[in-house]
Amino acid sequence: MLMGDRAKYFGLIFGVTFATLLMTQQVSIFISLMARTASAIYAVDEADIWVMDPRVRYLEEVEPLRDVELGNVRSVAGVEWAVPFYKGLATIRMPDGVTQQVQLIGVDDVTMVGRCPEMVMGDPMALQRPQQAMMDVNGFLFTWPGEPLQVGKQVELNDNRLTISALCEVMPTFFTFPILYVSYNTAMEVTPPTRNKMSFVLVKAADGVSVAELTERITAQTGLQALSQHDFAWRSINYILERTGIPINFGITIILGVLIGLAITAQTFYIFVVENLKQFAALKAIGVTNLQLLRMVLAQAAIVGLSGYGLGVGLTAVFFTVTADAPALKGFQMYWQVVVGTAGVMTLIVVISILFSLRRVFKLDPAMVFRG
Amino acid sequence: MAKQSKVLPVTASTNPVAIQVRKVVKDFAVGNEHLRVLHDITADIRMGELTMLVGPSGCGKTTLISILSGILSSSGGEITIFGESLIAMKDSAKVLFRRENIGFIFQQYNLLPALTAAENAAMPLVAAGMTLEAATEKAREVLRRIGMEGQTEKLPRMLSGGQQQRVAIARALVHNPRLIVCDEPTAALDAKTGRQVMEILREIANDTNRCVLVVTHDNRIYSFADRILAMSDGRIVGDHAAEDYVHDHG
Ligand SMILES: Nc1ncnc2c1ncn2[C@@H]1O[C@H](COP(=O)(O)OP(=O)(O)OP(=O)(O)O)[C@@H](O)[C@H]1O
Ligand SMILES: [Mg+2]
Repeated sequence: MLMGDRAKYFGLIFGVTFATLLMTQQVSIFISLMARTASAIYAVDEADIWVMDPRVRYLEEVEPLRDVELGNVRSVAGVEWAVPFYKGLATIRMPDGVTQQVQLIGVDDVTMVGRCPEMVMGDPMALQRPQQAMMDVNGFLFTWPGEPLQVGKQVELNDNRLTISALCEVMPTFFTFPILYVSYNTAMEVTPPTRNKMSFVLVKAADGVSVAELTERITAQTGLQALSQHDFAWRSINYILERTGIPINFGITIILGVLIGLAITAQTFYIFVVENLKQFAALKAIGVTNLQLLRMVLAQAAIVGLSGYGLGVGLTAVFFTVTADAPALKGFQMYWQVVVGTAGVMTLIVVISILFSLRRVFKLDPAMVFRG
Repeated sequence: MAKQSKVLPVTASTNPVAIQVRKVVKDFAVGNEHLRVLHDITADIRMGELTMLVGPSGCGKTTLISILSGILSSSGGEITIFGESLIAMKDSAKVLFRRENIGFIFQQYNLLPALTAAENAAMPLVAAGMTLEAATEKAREVLRRIGMEGQTEKLPRMLSGGQQQRVAIARALVHNPRLIVCDEPTAALDAKTGRQVMEILREIANDTNRCVLVVTHDNRIYSFADRILAMSDGRIVGDHAAEDYVHDHG
């Protein structure tokens, strides 16, 4: 019924496409961003529990712990092992004097718990030797653009010389700085000598000890905050959701998309109905019921809606494909849940638009068809 | 001319009654007042005849056929159509009744601009539950019969006024209704095209199972009628065999 009117037909498709694109893309980016926050925590898959200062609200906010806390945690019954973990920002200086901010991560010298698991080049065990470091591949490419991946690069960190003797692949994290892994002892040496430097204690629960129980016991015994991997990830995500403007910005964009989509479709359908009021009255006079009219218009709308939705999802897919290698968007993807959810929202938008517009037709007195 | 090929005598008042109208009145509420636009309308409209309803503008012709075809309720009186009481029918029953028994032709055609001629003509069948394909095929046949061969897949805006009115006629015929109701079917057409449209309606009315009711102003087409009901001021003021009326007024 709309096909005869190209302007309206394409207007509708545009409205649906636009809203679909905005929704799938923005929601996916948002979820990806949240997943990034959690990915650094899940990357340390050997540890069941993260122990930290009670003031810590998310991963990127570090409150140093006293060194004795490590022993305190180790003495809690049910702890299989507990190791120190350093996390902080640092500035490296290249031989040519250029500086670069990095995320410095110090992992336990012996167990190396918390180092990135996926090696690309070099020997991870090299970290156990002094003055050795490992960098993530994206960080390498960012620091030395255009140079082939290689080990042996030298950098300076607070007047300590470090050799990058291994490269690894990490899931992108919330901050996109290069990540420099060193041993915990090296981290202590190269960072400024403050009193407390330990960021987290990573804990493995003994066989048969429930993680939930152990976290409670650690908290009770040490006064520290102990969270399971899962809880810490969610705590970090919730912090970002509640305390930063990020969700609001995304929310506004998404709501705008929905509203604009709704406005365009509702208005187009409405104009279409008003322009054809007499024809609809004629159909009602002929004996077409309201339900049949609704079905006819819905069938037409389904075609328009599906085309627009398909285009929108397609464009989002193209976007994520094209940007797959951009470091800032690395690991970002379109989630199928978002695609399905958007389909639901778009269906709702179209159905609401149609019901809103067809109200005029439903109430229409067929007798008007004979009136001039 | 089709008129001459008609087999039934002009005075076919022995034909069975299609619509029996008794003392029908219609009031419209205008503000707080009740405006009576139809007064005690009594008439028998017969099968196998083309009955015209004529009279000056505002006399109530459109109001009357709207009531007779069940799209407007009367304010009093009794109407029996094909043996069923229209007054007793609920609105939902009227919709079904119209769908099965009545074909409509309007002055302004009222075709959906986005549907092809055949799809427009197929609407009553679609309403009755036929698939669009089957209904459209049937509609094509009817369109061909009334000289619309080759035009069936065109959109209304690609057709002339006369052709659009033929599509409307096809839409009124496609489901084989017993009653065809037309309000000023020729008013938007030139004289020649109007006559062609009337010839089609004339032929439909020759079928003894059909009843054609035409409201018109257009005295040039009076001669197509079997019978002419003259209205004035909401009343029927004359019931004539068409020949007599054409002789006096045509
Ligand atoms: N819905 C309505 N409300 C109030 N008055 C109405 C309504 N419909 C029709 N009328 C009045 O009823 C009278 C008869 O109108 P109707 O349309 O039946 O006349 P008509 O004979 O068809 O006229 P025309 O030849 O101009 O089409 C007119 O005075 C008109 O103003
Ligand atoms: Mg009228």
